[in-house]
Amino acid sequence: MHPLRRQRLQIVILIIFAGACASALIIYALGQNANFFYTPTQIEEGQAPKGTFIRAGGMVVEGSVKRDDISLAVEFSVTDGAAILRVRHIGILPDLFAEGEAAIAAGRIDDNNILQATEVLAKHDEKYTPPEVADSMNATYQSRQEAKAELK
Amino acid sequence: MSPELGHLAVIAALCLSFFQAVIPMVGSFVGHRSWMRLGHSLALGQFVFLGLAFVCLISVFIQDDFSVAYVANNSNTLLPLHYKVSAVWGAHEGSLLLWTLILAGWSGAIALFSGHMPQTFSARVLSILGFISLGFLLFLLFTSNPFERLLPVSPLEGRDLNPLLQDFGLIAHPPMLYMGYVGSSVPFAFAIAALIGGQFDSAWARWSRPWINTSWVFLTLGISLGSWWAYYELGWGGWWFWDPVENASFMPWLMSTALVHSVAATEKRGVFRSWTLLLAILSFSLSLLGAFLVRSGILTSVHSFANDPERGIFILWFLVIVVGASLLLFAIRSPQMANSTTHRGWSRETILLVNNVLLVTSTATIFIGTLYPLFSDVFQLGKISVGAPYFNFFFVPLMIILMLALGFAGFTRWGSTDVNLLLRRGLFPGLLSFFIALLVPALLTDSSSGSSYSFTAGITLFVSAWVLFMTIEDIYLKSRGSWINTKRFTGSYWGMVIAHIGLAACALGVGMSSSYDEQRDLRMMPGDAVKISDYEFRFGGVNRVDNANFVAFRGEVSVTDKTGMTINLFPEKRNYKAGGQVMTEAAIDASLARDLYVSLGEPLQGEAWAVRLQIKPLVRFIWLGSVLIGFGGLLAAFDKRYRRRKKVLDGQSNRGGLAFE
Repeated sequence: MHPLRRQRLQIVILIIFAGACASALIIYALGQNANFFYTPTQIEEGQAPKGTFIRAGGMVVEGSVKRDDISLAVEFSVTDGAAILRVRHIGILPDLFAEGEAAIAAGRIDDNNILQATEVLAKHDEKYTPPEVADSMNATYQSRQEAKAELK
Repeated sequence: MSPELGHLAVIAALCLSFFQAVIPMVGSFVGHRSWMRLGHSLALGQFVFLGLAFVCLISVFIQDDFSVAYVANNSNTLLPLHYKVSAVWGAHEGSLLLWTLILAGWSGAIALFSGHMPQTFSARVLSILGFISLGFLLFLLFTSNPFERLLPVSPLEGRDLNPLLQDFGLIAHPPMLYMGYVGSSVPFAFAIAALIGGQFDSAWARWSRPWINTSWVFLTLGISLGSWWAYYELGWGGWWFWDPVENASFMPWLMSTALVHSVAATEKRGVFRSWTLLLAILSFSLSLLGAFLVRSGILTSVHSFANDPERGIFILWFLVIVVGASLLLFAIRSPQMANSTTHRGWSRETILLVNNVLLVTSTATIFIGTLYPLFSDVFQLGKISVGAPYFNFFFVPLMIILMLALGFAGFTRWGSTDVNLLLRRGLFPGLLSFFIALLVPALLTDSSSGSSYSFTAGITLFVSAWVLFMTIEDIYLKSRGSWINTKRFTGSYWGMVIAHIGLAACALGVGMSSSYDEQRDLRMMPGDAVKISDYEFRFGGVNRVDNANFVAFRGEVSVTDKTGMTINLFPEKRNYKAGGQVMTEAAIDASLARDLYVSLGEPLQGEAWAVRLQIKPLVRFIWLGSVLIGFGGLLAAFDKRYRRRKKVLDGQSNRGGLAFE
C-alpha cells in the first residue's frame, strides 16, 4: 500500500475506534443518568420500576400537604386527574410549590407505591406549567372525553 | 414617543437589512465600488433605527402604557424605575429587540472598523450580517412584536415583572450574554465571506481574530454573570445546574474557545484553516440552536419563555437554512484549502489540536445530553431528563486532561518542540503541585467529624497548581528573571497568561466549593443554634417588613466564627404585591475564602421556619477566574499588532518580531 494511503487508513481506523469508544461511553452514561417521567396513572398501573430513580408529577391535591411537627419531613399527593400519587420528601419545598399547582418530584418508588422524593420542583413563574404535567393532564382529559363519547 | 413610532422604526430597519444583505453582495461580484460601500451606511442606518425602536420601548415602559401588551405583561406601576427599564429585556419580545439591536451594533462596528480589509471582503461580511439581521427582524415583526397594542380594552395595571428578574443580575446578564451570542455571528460572517471569496490565509485570520476574541469575551462574562445571578438570586446556593438553557449558552462558548485557539494557529502558521472556518460556522449554529431551545419553549427550564410553537418553527427553519447553506458552502470550498506549513511530533500546533479535540468532544457530549430528551420525546421513547451526573461524567475528566495539556502551552514552539525539554520544564511544577495536592486536603481532613481525604479536592488542587506554576515558570524564563523584560511581552502573551491563570482559579473554585461545601436544611425555632464546622448559626426569628412593591418576612441569623466575631445575616421571604409571587432572597456573607449562605425556606408550625444554612469555601474563585479569563481575552483582542494598519495593507505576514511568538 502507498505510504500516504496507509497513513490515511490508520487515521480513519483511529477515528472509527475513538468514535466507537465515545458512543459506547455516551450510551452507558445516558442509560445511567436518564430519568424517566411517569404520570400517577402509569405508576398506579405499575408501569414505573420500583427502586429506580424516576420523576413523576402532576397537580398537588388540595389539602394533601402535611408537614411533620418536629422535622422537615413533608407528605403530599399529586394527581394527573385520574390517579393519585403520594410523595414523601424531607427538606425545603420550592417557593412556588402550592396546593392546586403543578409540581414534579424526583426519587424512587417504594414498596407501598409512595414516591420517596429527593427533590421537588415547582414551576418557576406563575404562567408556566411543566410540559410533562400539562401533557398528562391533557391526556386524562382527552381519554375522558372519548369515554363520554362512547357512552353516548 | 409612541409604540407606533417604534414599530415603524423596526420596519425601516427591516428594509435596510434587506438592502444590506443584497446590495453589497451583488456589488462584490460585479465589482461595483459604490454598491459595496453602501453596506457600511446601511449597517449604521439599521443601528440608528433599531436604537430608536429600543428607546421607544423603554419610554413606553417608563410611561406605564399598559395598552401595549408586552408592557402590560411585564411591568407594573409599583415597579422601581430602573427595573422598568430593564424589564424591556425581561421577556421574549423585548429581549429579541435587544438581540437585533446588538446585532446591528456589531454590524455597525464592522462598518466603522473595517478600513484595513479589502473592500470586497468587508462588503461580503456586512452582507451576511445583513442577512442574519433580516431573519431576526422578520422573526421579531411576524411572531413577537413588542409594540402590539391591547386595544380597545387595555388593563389599568400591569401583571408585574417576574420578581426573580427584579435584580441587578437581570440588568446586566442578558445584554452581556447577547453581546456574546450575537457576537458569534461576526466570526461566522467572516468565515462565510472567506469561503465565498476563496481567501482563507493568515491575513484573514488576522482580520477576524480581534473580533473572535471580543465576542468570546462577552460570552464568557455573560455566562459567568448568569451563574453568579443564579447563585444569589435563585436563593439556594447553586451556581451551575446543567440546565438545558445553560448548556445552550455553554456549547457556543466551548466552541468559541476552541475557535479562539485554532485561529491563533491559523494566523501564525497557516494551519487548521478549514477547521477554523468550521468552528466559526459551528459556534454560530450552536448560538442559533440556543436561541431555538430558549425561545421555542420546548424544554423545561428556568429560562424558557412562554411556549409558542410558531416561534420555534420559525427559528428552526432559519437554523436549517443557515446551517445547511453554510455547511454546503464549506463542503464545496474546503478541498481548496491546504495547510501552508507542517508540524511534527510535539509542537504548539499539537497542543492546540489537543485543546480543540477536547473542547469539541465535550461540546458533543453536552449536545447529546441536552438534545436526547427531545429526541426521546419526539420518537415516543418516553419523557426523560438527563441529570447532572451525565454531564459531569464527561466534562470533568475532559477538563482535567485539558488543563494538564494546557500547562505546556507556553513552552511549546511552533513547528516542533523537544519533548525532553517539556519534561524538564514540567518536572519541578509537577512535583510541587503533587505535594500541594497531597498536603492541603490532608490538612483539611477533620478526623473528628469523620471526613476523609478528598480526592476531588486533591485532583483540583493538582491541576490548578500545575497550570499556575507552569505559567509562572514560563513568564520567569521568558523574562529571564528580570521585570524589565516583561515590558516586551505582547498583549496576546499577557492575555494568554491571565486567561490561563483565570481558568486555574475558576477550576479551584469549582473543585474546592464542591468538595468542602457544607449544607444543612433545618427546622429552627427562634433562639435555636447549630454549629457547622467552625461556625455557629443562631436563628433570631422572623419579622414582617413592608416595602413598596413587596412584603418581606425577614429572618435574622447571627453567625459566630472561631474567633468570636459575629455577623448578622438577614435572609428574606418576599411576597410580591402585584403578581402574588413568592421569592427567596438569600443572605450571603461573601469573602474570598468562603461564603456564608443563609436562606429561609417556609414557615412551619408556630414560629418555626425551615432554614437552609451553607458554607461554601472558595466559591468566589469561580467568578473571579471567569473575570480573569475575560480580561485575558480582551488584552489579546487589543494587541497592538492588530492596529498596525499599514503593514496589514501591504499584505505582509506580521510576526511581531518577538522571540516567543
